[in-house]
Amino acid sequence: MTGVAVTTVVLDAKGLNCPLPILRARKALKDVPAGGLLEIHATDPGSVKDFAAFCRQTGNELLAASQDGNVFKFVIKRLR
Amino acid sequence: MGVTPDTALLDELIKRRLDELLPQKLEEKLAELREKKTPSMTIIATKGTLDWAYPPFILASTAAALGWNVSVFFTFYGLQLLRKDLSHLKVSPLGNPGMPMKMPFGPDWFKGINWNIPNVIEAGIPGFESVATSLMKQTIKNKGVASIPELRSACVEAGVNLIGCQMTVDLFGFSHDDFIPEVKEYVGAATFLPMARDADVSLFI
Repeated sequence: MTGVAVTTVVLDAKGLNCPLPILRARKALKDVPAGGLLEIHATDPGSVKDFAAFCRQTGNELLAASQDGNVFKFVIKRLR
Repeated sequence: MGVTPDTALLDELIKRRLDELLPQKLEEKLAELREKKTPSMTIIATKGTLDWAYPPFILASTAAALGWNVSVFFTFYGLQLLRKDLSHLKVSPLGNPGMPMKMPFGPDWFKGINWNIPNVIEAGIPGFESVATSLMKQTIKNKGVASIPELRSACVEAGVNLIGCQMTVDLFGFSHDDFIPEVKEYVGAATFLPMARDADVSLFI
């Protein structure tokens, strides 16, 4: 993918509780082309395990998961 | 034709080899099938209160987001969850000792108080349920929890199969017009059970 612009969609799911971050992410992923990235910002502590499970189930790749204060950041690569 | 000693030995060896190979092969094949199959879930939703509306809609919308096939069979009071307008759904703290009664406003110390109100008083105050419901709705909003209309829309959008129980529609004197048009069919137990049989996950709520 070197030299090719990677589409990144950012989803703000801060303040939302289970299962809204997952539902919104699913919706947002539809606008991401295969190979593109979806960056999610969430405050629900349950989302850490939920996004890992979501990616395993939907066949997408969780590239990164990090925490900045009480905000959790996830980067998902759409594989298909 | 009698079995010669050589054939018996051969049979024994084949049997032993098969015993070694088959379990592993089966395991592989099953894993392959599991991988290919779209998971499915069926839910029987039987409750018609604001609090009990959450489990079926949360599980159905989340499973759909995971790419599963989901069907929900609404029966008895669960039919309330299919009504066009959902604003009538209430939560009742009466006779529900598991429900914390906390205020959704005021300073933190005030919000932390659990108002233990005896059943006999709850039952005697007109409109107690309505007040408890509006407090609950405020708490839901404050905590960033989805509303029931929002979760139901998510289910509809994601293609969750909403099914009504025809018997209870008749029993309670409803007509199909009372329910959202997304309810595709009104059927009985005999139609639902085969769906549940084929599902990976089947829940009664």
